[in-house]
Amino acid sequence: MEKVLLFLIRAVLQGTPLLYGATGEILTEKAGNLNLGIPGIMYVGAISGVIGGFFYQTSGSVNPFLAILIPLLSCLLGSLLTSLLYSFLTVTLRANQNVTGLALTTFGVGFGNFFGGSLIKLTNSSTPYLALTKISKAYQNFLPFGNQQLGGQHGFLIYLAVVLALIVSFVMKRTRVGLQLRSIGESPATADAAGINVTRYKYLSTCLGGMIAGLGGLYYIMDYSNGVWQNDGFGDRGWLAIAIVIFAVWRPHFAIVGSYLFGGLYIMYNYLNASMQVQPLLQMLPYVVTIIVLIFVSVRKKRENLPPAALGLSYFREDR
Amino acid sequence: MSSEITGKKIKEHEPLITISRRKSMAFWVRLAIRAGSVLVALIVCGLITRFVTGDDPISVYSTMLEGNFGDLDKMWYMFYNLAMLLGVALALTPAFRMKFWNIGGEGQVLIGGLATAVCMIALGGRIPDWSLILVMLISSVTAGAVWGIIPAAFKAKWRTNETLFTLMMNYVAMYLIKYFIERVDQSGSHTVGPKLLSHGWLPTVLGEQYLLNIIVIAALTVIMYAYLNYSKHGYEISVVGESENTARYVGINVKKVIIRTMALSGALCGLIGFLLVGGFSHSIDPNIADGRGFTAILVSWLAKFNPFTMVVTSFLIVFMDLGAEEIATKFGINPSFSDIMTGIIIFFIIGCEFFINYQIHFRKKAAKEAE
Amino acid sequence: MSETTPLALELKHVTKVFGNIVANDDVEMELRRGEVLAILGENGSGKTTLMNMISGIYHPDSGEIYIDGKHVTIASPKDAFSYGIGMVHQHFKLVDVFSATENIILGIHEDKFNLNKSAEKIAEIAARYGFEMDPNKKIYEMSVSEKQTVEILKVLYRGADILILDEPTAVLTPQETEKLFRVIRRMRDDGKSIMIITHKLHEVMAISDRVAVLRKGRHIATVDTASTTQNELTEMMVGERVSLNIDRAKIEETPDRLNVSGLSLVNFEGIRILDDISFTAKSGEILGIAGVAGSGQRELLEIIAGLQTPTSGSIEYHDPSNNKTVDLRSKTPLQIRDLGVRLSFVPEDRLGMGLVGNMDIIDNMMLRSYRKGKTVFVDRQPPKALAEKIIDSLKVVTPSAKTAVRKLSGGNVQKVLVGREIAAAPTVLMAAYPVRGLDINSSYMIYKLLNEQKENGVAVIFVGEDLDVLLELCDRILVICGGRVTGIVDGRTAKKEEIGLMMTKAKGGETHVE
Repeated sequence: MEKVLLFLIRAVLQGTPLLYGATGEILTEKAGNLNLGIPGIMYVGAISGVIGGFFYQTSGSVNPFLAILIPLLSCLLGSLLTSLLYSFLTVTLRANQNVTGLALTTFGVGFGNFFGGSLIKLTNSSTPYLALTKISKAYQNFLPFGNQQLGGQHGFLIYLAVVLALIVSFVMKRTRVGLQLRSIGESPATADAAGINVTRYKYLSTCLGGMIAGLGGLYYIMDYSNGVWQNDGFGDRGWLAIAIVIFAVWRPHFAIVGSYLFGGLYIMYNYLNASMQVQPLLQMLPYVVTIIVLIFVSVRKKRENLPPAALGLSYFREDR
Repeated sequence: MSSEITGKKIKEHEPLITISRRKSMAFWVRLAIRAGSVLVALIVCGLITRFVTGDDPISVYSTMLEGNFGDLDKMWYMFYNLAMLLGVALALTPAFRMKFWNIGGEGQVLIGGLATAVCMIALGGRIPDWSLILVMLISSVTAGAVWGIIPAAFKAKWRTNETLFTLMMNYVAMYLIKYFIERVDQSGSHTVGPKLLSHGWLPTVLGEQYLLNIIVIAALTVIMYAYLNYSKHGYEISVVGESENTARYVGINVKKVIIRTMALSGALCGLIGFLLVGGFSHSIDPNIADGRGFTAILVSWLAKFNPFTMVVTSFLIVFMDLGAEEIATKFGINPSFSDIMTGIIIFFIIGCEFFINYQIHFRKKAAKEAE
Repeated sequence: MSETTPLALELKHVTKVFGNIVANDDVEMELRRGEVLAILGENGSGKTTLMNMISGIYHPDSGEIYIDGKHVTIASPKDAFSYGIGMVHQHFKLVDVFSATENIILGIHEDKFNLNKSAEKIAEIAARYGFEMDPNKKIYEMSVSEKQTVEILKVLYRGADILILDEPTAVLTPQETEKLFRVIRRMRDDGKSIMIITHKLHEVMAISDRVAVLRKGRHIATVDTASTTQNELTEMMVGERVSLNIDRAKIEETPDRLNVSGLSLVNFEGIRILDDISFTAKSGEILGIAGVAGSGQRELLEIIAGLQTPTSGSIEYHDPSNNKTVDLRSKTPLQIRDLGVRLSFVPEDRLGMGLVGNMDIIDNMMLRSYRKGKTVFVDRQPPKALAEKIIDSLKVVTPSAKTAVRKLSGGNVQKVLVGREIAAAPTVLMAAYPVRGLDINSSYMIYKLLNEQKENGVAVIFVGEDLDVLLELCDRILVICGGRVTGIVDGRTAKKEEIGLMMTKAKGGETHVE
């Protein structure tokens, strides 16, 4: 029984970075921008937080409030700047979204690993990682949850992920801003004709989405990994987050379930009495499930479940 | 008189900057804009490098040159990398010409490599090497084709979003390789190396281990150019990509063309997987494609889907990559530096396309012209 | 309603020029409070341009617009709204996955966002004017007429007093039209002023208080509906017959080439686009098809060309080479070709269907013929020769045969397309609006080409919009209205008004003048 509970908790912990990424991507895609740079932005968010934390921690005494605030702000700033770059290229310069996104991911992952590696070198440590233990403690002790028996102590970022997903879900469904945002993802020409500022909304959703996704990187380092940065440590979680967007048929509240489910699949091998061999197959499962959902949705053609109609297309008024 | 009033009103309502689509632009102007953007990107990269390493700019660029052309080994390695990246880009191009966003190149290469490795282990030593190589070739090409046909068939029948579908297929292939490694090698090394993949190595040409792959890709470049520009299939691909309506009007079976083209695209990716595993590394792990499936998308797109231009664009990216790696080694900084440099250069080239496709008008200028 | 009724809208000397085409020439028009004003005119008479100026999409080059007696400048659709002007376009601007309510409130800022309240308010407006609609229904679940209702409600919700309806009945069934008219009358009785664009005379008679007639961009007259007749309106609309001096040969022997009988098409929305169409196209003859745009011409040609499948009916082709008859119904374009039928088709959408804009002239020449030859490669020599021949003989203005077709002017694009289709030595040649947007010289070149084909024994089917051209070019003219054949007349003897009446008569008795 305890083992099951432990598994469920670990699934939530593992699913939380995915949830941040998925929520951010949903927000972005609902305005018609397919941001394949999200995996890169999550790396940038993570390393920006680490850089902020590193300089604060090495500067001397650590105040728990600032220990949270400084990495948080630098994480948000880093993800905002990268999202702005993506928005500028795709919205203002109308560059191809796939190409820009993929380039941004190359850039973002490289950016993370480069500064990560450089910080590790700065510490003159022989280990290939960097540990921000004090900062991490501050994160884990703020609104803590869990105890040592059940997977260790974890902090507020776990709740924040759910809260943000619910807020985005609410805004999408129940507010004017959400309605206008969705209309852009479906038919920018209609939105434009109705007097909605398409460019402003696209910038707004991409930047906010990027910042939310960046928090996923921050959570992963500061909370989940106990403040340890390791190059490439974040792995392919960013892509898994994009898969969840499809799995959740572009609904943030479904993404909560999807993230925990995929998080569970990611670590399930630990809890099955199976050999290591099965692990890759279990980790593959989320992607297979996502493909099945994608097929199912397109075959059924239920309009509410299809990707936003103008997803991936740049909008130019003259082309109407 | 009244027309004057309305005329003024129009100008007040006009935004400061308006943008319009350009009809056409002379070839040399386009070339100059692109070359200019590369130049600016190189200067920016140089400045960043100077800031990071403290090295003077001239030395930065000469280090980059050294990383690519420093000695014979480096040159061979550069050409090999160029060939492999170009190979994947060539494979993806037919799909892109059809406006089918195949971003599953990585997975198609991986599955081809996996098929190769499976054959090497299952049949290695049991049948003569030449027939083993043949089986490897056929199965890798088939595996890649299947990986391409699956999303294509769903796109043709139900218009399933191919970007997301092919993206997901990458990870399925990646974890299949991880599974394969766990099955074959229990040592926990996460790779299956030349010891286990001891049979079915492709022959070396003139004693150079990279040469065979380079020759194959050089031939493929010419063949792909001919296929796209001079064959009936290539013509059909262009028509479908430009306008499905026109394709139907002249009786082209659009679904068939979509599936056939993706089969080809996937099969060629599979071939690259075969070359990577059988021709050079003789080992398999999820990183054999080294992100080329993604980078190749940029290579192909930047070259406007022209195979010969792709030689230039893939050289540009490989040059930056190896050059930045050399800088990283020389100054002891992290090798991921090269990803940042590559990213910057791509952003500049992507951005410059805007100035080729669009025209910017400023209000003051427009108003003056009107008067 | 009388001369003393206050004016809602007044246009004075409104002129709009596009390039060298005068779309509206010194138009004067008045719309009274609480009236329905029908705007009547042929295609290209400048109705839509005029309405677009009132709703802020275009700006007049000169002239003034007055609303409630005050001179105004309407620079954008937003401005138009602020003056209480609302336009319902032919092409709906709706978000498919949204409900009616969500679409209606999109882009407006009220005090509080409350979908239920808005839905109630919408239901209230709908009830007041007698619309039947569920505010929570999604657009993609709606029929065309329901979508139109949403568009009208959108305008009413924003408080419009002046409504402009651009051919609202073009997409409706007669029953739906009747419903719409009831709504329009209630809106009028509520004090709204309504301008309705239509081609259908009986509708004009049924719904309007006054009619404004436009012809070739000019306002001809505005008359009281009660004191006019359909014949009088038709005369005003089509004008005097203009002589164009198109040479027309009389071919003695004209065997049947294509026999269409009982052709019907019901589209996926359940609307009957074609209804029991029957006619014969003869070799050595130009058969004109006259009708208001959107009466089913496009679908008819696409069915014959094998691009659409009819719901019922048959298409028989008499092969002159072996005197056999083959059925073309439900065949693909390739199957039709393999049957030995040389069918050429100049579609209405030149760059979207007939040609590939981004390809050069040579590659566009290959579209039909690239399959020739046994090798896997295309042979660009014959298309290159053909391209050069067409450029030379049809005087196509282009830098070279390697220029992308998209960069050519409209007339030259059309010469390339028609040239290619004729080069295939067809036995049947179908051309949809082949002179639309072309200058005089290019138009005459096309007429000449069509006549040459006819003299060579080709069965030519010509879909046109200019009655003067149809009357001088065609041997026989098939008139369709609302997907039905309303008459087949002789091009040499028919009167312009006669055709005009047939084109605008929806479900009257059929007139056969042979």
